[in-house]
Amino acid sequence: METVNAIELRDITKRFGEVVANDKVCLEVRRGEILSLLGENGSGKTTLMNMLSGIYFPDGGQIFVNGKEVTIRSPKDAFDLGIGMIHQHFKLVDVLTAAENIVLGLPGKGRLDRKAIGARITEISSKYGFEVDPKRKIYDMAVSEKQTVEIVKVLYRGADILILDEPTAVLTPQETDKLFAVLRNMKADGKAIVIITHKLHEVMAISDRVAVLRKGAYIGTVNTAETDFQKLTNMMVGRAVSLDIDRPEPKNRQERLQVEGLTCRSGEGITILDKVSFTACGGEILGIAGIAGSGQKELCEAIAGLYPVSEGRILYKDTPQATPENIVGKNPIAIRRMGISLAFVPEDRLGMGLVAGMGMVDNMMLRSYRRGKGIFADRKPPKQLAEEIVDRLEVVTPGVTTPVRRLSGGNVQKVLVGREISSSPTVLMAAYPVRGLDINSSYTIYRLLNEEKEAGVAVLYIGEDLDVLLELCDRILVLCGGRVSGVVDGRTATKEEVGLMMTHMAGEGGRT
Amino acid sequence: MSGPAKTPEAHREPLLRIAKRSDISIGAAWLIRIAAILCALLAGAVLILALGHNPVAVYRDMAEGALATRTTRVETVKIAVPLLGAALAIAPAFKMRFWNIGAEGQIMAGAIAASYFALYQYQNMSRPALMICMFLAGAIAGGIWGLIPAVFKARWGTNETLFTLMFNYIILGVEKYLQNGPWRKAGSGFPKIAMFTAEAKLPKLLGVHIGWIMVLALVVLMFVYLKYTKQGYEIAVVGESVRTAQYAGMNVPAIIMRTMFLSGAISGIVGCLQVAGADYTLTEGTAGGVGFTAITVAWLAKLNPIVMVLIAAALAVLKKGSHTIQTNFKIPASAAEVLTGTILFFMLGCEFFISYRLIARGRKERDHG
Repeated sequence: METVNAIELRDITKRFGEVVANDKVCLEVRRGEILSLLGENGSGKTTLMNMLSGIYFPDGGQIFVNGKEVTIRSPKDAFDLGIGMIHQHFKLVDVLTAAENIVLGLPGKGRLDRKAIGARITEISSKYGFEVDPKRKIYDMAVSEKQTVEIVKVLYRGADILILDEPTAVLTPQETDKLFAVLRNMKADGKAIVIITHKLHEVMAISDRVAVLRKGAYIGTVNTAETDFQKLTNMMVGRAVSLDIDRPEPKNRQERLQVEGLTCRSGEGITILDKVSFTACGGEILGIAGIAGSGQKELCEAIAGLYPVSEGRILYKDTPQATPENIVGKNPIAIRRMGISLAFVPEDRLGMGLVAGMGMVDNMMLRSYRRGKGIFADRKPPKQLAEEIVDRLEVVTPGVTTPVRRLSGGNVQKVLVGREISSSPTVLMAAYPVRGLDINSSYTIYRLLNEEKEAGVAVLYIGEDLDVLLELCDRILVLCGGRVSGVVDGRTATKEEVGLMMTHMAGEGGRT
Repeated sequence: MSGPAKTPEAHREPLLRIAKRSDISIGAAWLIRIAAILCALLAGAVLILALGHNPVAVYRDMAEGALATRTTRVETVKIAVPLLGAALAIAPAFKMRFWNIGAEGQIMAGAIAASYFALYQYQNMSRPALMICMFLAGAIAGGIWGLIPAVFKARWGTNETLFTLMFNYIILGVEKYLQNGPWRKAGSGFPKIAMFTAEAKLPKLLGVHIGWIMVLALVVLMFVYLKYTKQGYEIAVVGESVRTAQYAGMNVPAIIMRTMFLSGAISGIVGCLQVAGADYTLTEGTAGGVGFTAITVAWLAKLNPIVMVLIAAALAVLKKGSHTIQTNFKIPASAAEVLTGTILFFMLGCEFFISYRLIARGRKERDHG
């Protein structure tokens, strides 16, 4: 295509303190194409796009829109240039309707002409194949609908350059397909679209070209048709990586945790888990698959004694001969006092598993600070443990008292997993343990989980990436809308099979 | 790293940008603080000039008025003691991110309870017993006044800021009722409460009531409590993240209630110090805004008890000094308060420049560290 680029970035640099988030990044986006911006977490994708949408201001470099150099100082400047960004975390007012959110902040008369606005929204929706009801309140909407409102909001303002930040992170496979269809319609309409992602199969499915960032530096742009998973991974990581995950054969498999008819309701009385039953065994990794919000988090928390259980039993036995003990209704301390060592790596690492503002030492004692007599907390053992973990897991940190919030995602996770493993658990639950981690750290985590499995621990792995689940886990429990839709063998099951089980009850479950 | 040349007409940078500092050395941070104090004095000087006085003379009198003689120093310490005490009381609550702005009321609650023993039980017990009863009563009353909002917060998630604030007015109402009704001094034309008898007055040491020793001891205790004890650790974890505390198996409601009782109890002791050490009676002004000013002290000290000593002393000097200039220069009380406010504004404001820096237009960012 011999047209002017919709966007051209030249030598864009952005620093946060000493961190160089973008180092002389160059990028071109053409009209009528979908460009994937690919990179690991922390590679600077979102920062780069935030400079286009007026949230950050670059420290250096030039931005050209339609061939003209521009300065984008605020989101308003971006809108005036026809650039619209759909953020990963939606920026909508819950108590307003879709239409009100869409026109929010636009200049106009004091009175809203709701009819005209509604008509315009419907026009945009039908043009690209959305479904949105202008009169619905945001709080009544499912995540995918909120995303639709965000997209319409941007289009309503006349944007013809759209940036979507990890748009599929919150969507089911079906919703993703729908979104991709809409994006293709927009592309056909001549809009320029940038989609930020780190999921390779989406890159291959939707984009025309792929631009890769690594640690803030621009690596290159390739045509999607001329590349493949391995090549893109190598560009992202900077060297050849093996994408195979180890899966040792389970030895001495023995029943450890038996969940029977577990039912949990949220504070609002909604059934989150519905008669969930399964067995987790020592010496194996049990994967738990499901669309986000199918009850995975609550299942872990219920087992850990952190979520109220309405019905059902969770039976624990150390050895096959032991009498099973019911741990339902016990808090984490009571479970510990029963002599059960339950390790739990929660999804929210800095908000639940660790104290973000404290150093490694203080985080090590989180679960063990009560030890010892007297009113004083003994910081010697946790300090030793912290140093051990730094050595063994190669945690990169200025020191064991540096607040863990200052560490990178991968190092934070090593700290958390390291602590949990150090308690020599018999059950280890890990919720999305590799989310947001670079490929290297992810493989460290897989290795650690495998080590625990071989040590006879019952490992529960909650994952979102089906490929990983199928490569790592011995068995996979599939949840759908809070119910168990089946357990499959990780060695023989196919992705399609699991994908189908993840969704086939979605209609009945009615949860998003 | 130099950016590419820019055509000025095409590229308009914003006039000022804010960037987070990566790290700042302690020396540089203090340099900023000293600069802030100088700026504050300059801004204050403009105000004094506008009032038609010589800034140097006014500042000199302020300093002398607060520190020059033994009497003035005693007065300054008397201002600093409750301020420091209340700041110490607030520290554990704030560390837990429980916004207790009810120290004022908790001081009053403690003062009322202590006054009851001072006014009506002094004949019934020995002096040491009376003192102990007064302090215990003060601590318990203040503790309960702090505990009630905590119970509501822990059980039903009520907003502690509003709750503790409103509780200030309730207890003030109680005091007014006592002063006008049951506790009113017989035969007095004004509605006021009788002066304490000698038994109920705190002994003095070096010219100031012994409260100053108690408060200094509290500084050390609070420092150790927050930093080295298990309970201090629990408070820090709850303050950072309730979810994490639950995950660790902590009983969060119990920790909130325990900490607020402690916070209120220390305030109650401060109330007792005020009535038994400074005022020798109970009045509407017993707390006198100390509970609010203490919030400034606690924040400026970043909840570090030892730093609080310095901040409380500095604020006491300011306050005593402003009294002096009111008399010496006939500067109205309100203008003296504007002056202290200005100085505080700069002291608080400089913390922003310690965390962030401004980048002016056209200034290129180069290596920094």
